[in-house]
Amino acid sequence: MAKLESTLKNMILSLLFISMGMSAALGYVYVLTKKPIEEASKKAETSAITDVLPAFDNDPLAEVKEIEGLRYYIGKNKGETIGCAVKTFTDKGFSGHFELMVGFKPDGTINKIAVLDQNETPGLGDKMKTKWKDQFNEKNPSNFQLVVKKDGGMVDAITASTITSRAFCDAVSKAYDGFMKNISQNNK
Amino acid sequence: MSNLKYFTNGLIKDNPTFVLLLGLCPALAVTTAAMNGIGMGMATTFVLLCSNIIISLLKNFIPDKVRIAAFIVVIATFVTIVDMTMKAFVPDLYKTLGIFIPLIVVNCIILGRAEAFAQKNSLVPSILDALGMGLGFTLAITLISSVRELLGNGSIFDIKLVSENAKTILIFVLPPGAFITYGYLVALFNKLKNNK
Repeated sequence: MAKLESTLKNMILSLLFISMGMSAALGYVYVLTKKPIEEASKKAETSAITDVLPAFDNDPLAEVKEIEGLRYYIGKNKGETIGCAVKTFTDKGFSGHFELMVGFKPDGTINKIAVLDQNETPGLGDKMKTKWKDQFNEKNPSNFQLVVKKDGGMVDAITASTITSRAFCDAVSKAYDGFMKNISQNNK
Repeated sequence: MSNLKYFTNGLIKDNPTFVLLLGLCPALAVTTAAMNGIGMGMATTFVLLCSNIIISLLKNFIPDKVRIAAFIVVIATFVTIVDMTMKAFVPDLYKTLGIFIPLIVVNCIILGRAEAFAQKNSLVPSILDALGMGLGFTLAITLISSVRELLGNGSIFDIKLVSENAKTILIFVLPPGAFITYGYLVALFNKLKNNK
């Protein structure tokens, strides 16, 4: 078969058919992957919640509350509230936005922290994913100032990553303030 | 087997990264860990293979004046397919590669092979060419990322080779390290090639 001439009719028809065929293929793959994508993102969220909260037996995803941009997942064990995981964020990171999941006990003590999305410098800022964040465990922000030592607080900054450490504190305090204001009060 | 040379061309003689110097944006940006290199390479190879197949099949159906538009539609489709599939089945890798998956669309290796090869050749050479080029690209960026991960992080494929607190040459995982590594590898590659 000889190559099609570049006439207007041929060009329109050829592009039309190619686009139609390709969109059909895309639609098919979209339907195919829609469910796995949802499951994968749900799984990532659940595993972060499991990481930061003490053992719970309810489905925190079903009881999510969203207030002022933060998400609160309440964990319950035998009907009793054992903690709350707060999905928080900051825009002050060295590479801008990053997200954390902070687990609080009902009295506001930090249980554990997990790092969700981050683009901090590999080898420097991304050390926040390591043991470094364990210094927050079992601390209550009411008597543990969430500010790096350099600025007069009580948090050991990551070496050479003060900006990331400050941003981390910013995200955690945001979670703490939100938790005290919106969740802790309501349960009393 | 005259067809075999289409395959080996991409691996060494016309290696897209070290000889043609095409597609450097992902080659420099995502190569901070060896796993990323392999993931990116496989994704690119898949897109290249599919687009070469479709374009060599449709080459007589696409009028010359709209060929670039047609190629881009085909390539963009496969990139989106890869994008959705990776999001569904390897979410962690997808997160690390981030924006560079959608950007495979504008990787000049793919459009370059469609324009320079697939639209002039029949199906079998096009498939071999895509596989050769794709594997050449994968090997090249896996090499770059292994060197960078080894020097900058002291690990390879996430297996730590040095102790947790050992000092590593951090600059290699940062952007300047990409250029340094790449420069030395291109020089080495040229040296080896000229010796033959």
